Amino acid sequence: MAAKIAYEDVEVGTELPAGTFPVTRATLVQYAGASGDFNPIHWNETFATQVGLPDVIAHGMLTMAEAARVVTDWVGDPGAVVEYGVRFTKPVVVPNDDQGAVIEVSGKVAAKLEDNRVRVDLTAVSAGQKVLGMSRAVVRLA
Amino acid sequence: MALDQSFVGRTYPPTAPYEVGREKIREFAEAIGDANPAYTDPEAAKQFGHSDVIAPPTFVFAITFKAAGQVVQDPQLGLDYSRVVHGDQKFAYTRPVRAGDRLTVTSTIEAIKSLAGNDILDIRGEVHDEAGEHVVTAWTKLVARAAEEG
Repeated sequence: MAAKIAYEDVEVGTELPAGTFPVTRATLVQYAGASGDFNPIHWNETFATQVGLPDVIAHGMLTMAEAARVVTDWVGDPGAVVEYGVRFTKPVVVPNDDQGAVIEVSGKVAAKLEDNRVRVDLTAVSAGQKVLGMSRAVVRLA
Repeated sequence: MALDQSFVGRTYPPTAPYEVGREKIREFAEAIGDANPAYTDPEAAKQFGHSDVIAPPTFVFAITFKAAGQVVQDPQLGLDYSRVVHGDQKFAYTRPVRAGDRLTVTSTIEAIKSLAGNDILDIRGEVHDEAGEHVVTAWTKLVARAAEEG
């Protein structure tokens, strides 16, 4: 592994550079194709509303992937991630317009662990609501 | 409808190998808008110590969730997939997934709960490479939301 951040250079509370990730209906179609997740709640608003959702929602795994970028962009080597978990607390609602939705992700070092590993806690917000809870990554630093 | 508790602990047979392709990784990285060169440039990946391009951390979900389909679509279990949303997701990696891997998934039902009419299903997927070495474990919590009245 070849993380570009050194363990001794971070401390509890160190903030990672934040990220802003736009998500449109086109993003969802592309993600559906790439991931193989064709659940119609992610592209068909008639279906989505019939099953009780407010509108089409983003794939939770797309939100999880975007949140991870704040970590992998920070360390450089994505292979440095040794654990990553999230709870999907609120859906990212994606309206059928040019704007779509925006996911804002921030992260900070929450704990320094053994073997040059640190735990990073992430926060992901869309439309003013936290869309991920318990969002944590363990990363091995240089 | 509450799910049958007797399914807890059930392990499904390993899947047929999924071969991880460079271009599939590229397609996935583009879909999430991630330009990290470790996903597309073998030389960049080598500089990080990887023998070929690696996949983004969440890429493997496509494989483990397909494997979980054995569970989700098991008619004996009776999960209403049209009302399923993803509750939690976690991965623990021994190493990153990389191009050329031939991965098999073994799925186990870890827990079944019923909470306020919602059916909650915890599935663990153990991912191994062709040599039988562990690559990553994925834990997936699925929630089948209660049907509305009327």
